[in-house]
Amino acid sequence: MKNKLVCYFSAAQSEQPIIYRLVKDYDLIINILKADINPQKEGFLVLELEGERSSYDQGVAFLKSLGVGVEPLSETVVWQPSVCIQCGACASFCPTEALQIDRSSMEVSFDNSKCVVCGMCLDCCPTRAITLHFEIKEAV
Amino acid sequence: MAVNKSYEEINEKIRRGEAVVVTAEEVIDVVAEKGYEQAAREIDVVTTGTFGPMCSSGAFINFGHSNPRIKMKKVWLNGVEAYTGIAAVDAYVGAGQLPENDPENKVFPGRFTYGGGHLIHDLVAGKEIKLEAIGYGTDCYPNKKVDAIITLSDVNDAFLFNPRNAYQNYNCAINLGERVIYTYMGILKPKMGNASYSSAGQLSPLLNDPYYRTIGIGTRIFLGGGVGYVAWHGTQHHPNVPRGENGVPLGGAGTLALIGDLKGMDPNWLVGLSFIGYGATMAVGIGVPIPILDEEMLRFTAVKDEDIYCPIVDYDEGYPYCKPMDLGRVNYRDLKSGKVIINGKTVVTTPQSSYPRARQIAQILKNWIQKGQFQLTQPVASIPSAEADIVFKSIPHKKPGNEDSVVEKRR
Repeated sequence: MKNKLVCYFSAAQSEQPIIYRLVKDYDLIINILKADINPQKEGFLVLELEGERSSYDQGVAFLKSLGVGVEPLSETVVWQPSVCIQCGACASFCPTEALQIDRSSMEVSFDNSKCVVCGMCLDCCPTRAITLHFEIKEAV
Repeated sequence: MAVNKSYEEINEKIRRGEAVVVTAEEVIDVVAEKGYEQAAREIDVVTTGTFGPMCSSGAFINFGHSNPRIKMKKVWLNGVEAYTGIAAVDAYVGAGQLPENDPENKVFPGRFTYGGGHLIHDLVAGKEIKLEAIGYGTDCYPNKKVDAIITLSDVNDAFLFNPRNAYQNYNCAINLGERVIYTYMGILKPKMGNASYSSAGQLSPLLNDPYYRTIGIGTRIFLGGGVGYVAWHGTQHHPNVPRGENGVPLGGAGTLALIGDLKGMDPNWLVGLSFIGYGATMAVGIGVPIPILDEEMLRFTAVKDEDIYCPIVDYDEGYPYCKPMDLGRVNYRDLKSGKVIINGKTVVTTPQSSYPRARQIAQILKNWIQKGQFQLTQPVASIPSAEADIVFKSIPHKKPGNEDSVVEKRR
C-alpha cells in the first residue's frame, strides 16, 4: 500500500534517524515530498510511504511510539478558481500535469489526485490562487 | 464593388441593433468560410481583448479635503505611497508601488504580496482603505496629518491613467544562465528550462490594427470592466520597427496610454499581481473594437497566432545588460501549444497573459455593441505609425561633474 503522510516532529525527535529506521527495520519505500526540519527545532515532513500492509502499519506505529505526529495528507494543494486569472503560468512548472492547460480553450484545471505537493506552482502563481493547505500545528 | 463603411454607418447599425459583431478569434473562421471580401461586407465590428500584467498603470485620485484642509506632502493608501507632488489632495498611485515596509528582495526571492495593483483592485472592489497623509502646514492648508478609512465612493474622483498598456507584441523570455532567475516574465529556469511569453496574440488589440488605422486618440474601449478611452500613444511607443508581410511588428512596437473612470470598473478586470523576486504589478483588462471600414481592416483583424512572431530574448544577460543577441523568433500558435523548439531543443512555454480572459473581454465588448450600449468613436487624432521616425532612447552616459555633462552646461 502507498499513502501520503505528514509527520510532525518535536525538537528532540528531529535529532533521530527516523527515516533510516523506517527503511532498515520496516522495509518501506520512502519518497520525501517536502521537509522542514532543523536541529533544535520542531519540524514537519511530507512523505509518501510505500510497502506491505503489515510493514506499513508497523512503520506508522513505530513513528507514533516515538511521539511523532502522523496525519494523512489530503487536499494539500488548493487551487482557487475564483482567484485564478487563467494565465496558465503554473502548468509549465507542474511536474505531474496536475495543473494542466486545455490547449483548445487555454483554460487551466487542477487534478488533485495527480498532485505530489512539490510546491512549484505556489511561487509562480502571480495571483496567489494556489495555496498549500495542510495544518501545521506548531510554528515552524 | 469594394467594401467601404463609415463610422457613422456602423454606429447607425449598432443603434438599430443590426450590427454584425464578431471577436478577433471568430473572424478567422468567418474568413475561412466566406473569404475576405464577403466577410468584410458582412462584418461591421471585430472586438479584441487582452488581460495581462501591465506595470505602467495607475490611478489619479482626488480625496476631497479634510477639515481643516491639508496640502499633502506625502500620502499612503494601505501603506502604499502615492505621488502627491501635484495639488493639495490630488495623488497618483502606481501599480508597481510597494508598501514602505515591504521586505523587497532582502530575503531573495521576495514575495511582493501587496502593492499598488492590489490596492487599486481593493479600491474598485469597494473595500475599506487606510488613508494616511502628512503636510507641513500653510495658512491656507493648516492640517499636518490625516488618518482615515475611506472607500472608492468617498473620493471625489478616481480615474485610471495608464501610461503604457496593450503592448503590440512582446518578447519570448528565456534564461541561458546557470541559475533560476525571477523576472517580470515570471520564473525562468536555467539552461532554457522554459520560455515565457505575454500577449493575447490573435486577440490582442494592436495586433489586429497593426498600423493604428482605427485605434487612435479618443478611441472608446473596454477598460478594467468599464468604459475607457485611448488618451495618447503609450510611453515607449515605437512603431517604426521591422514588420512581417502582414504588417504585424516582429517584436514590441506600438503601445497605448489609456484613461477611464475607476468608479465604473470591476475588480475582476483589475487584479493585483505578485511576481516572486520581481515585484508587484496589475493585470489590466482591455478590449478595443475595430470597425471594419473596408477589406483591408478585415484582413488585419483576421490575423492568426501562427502569423504573429515574437523575438526570443535571454533574460539572464541579454535583457538586463542590453546585450543584443539574435536568438530567432517563435510564433504564438507554437507558444500556445505548450512547447517550442529553440536552437534544436524542445522548450516548455509559460504564458503570462490570460488567453481565456482575453477571449471573455472580446465577448463582453461584442455583447455591449450588439445591445447598442457601446458605440464606436473615430479617433480625433492618429498615433504615430510605421512611417514615424522615432528613435528608441536610453539614458545618456553623461555623469554630473564631467565637463561635457548637461548639468555643467546649465550652470
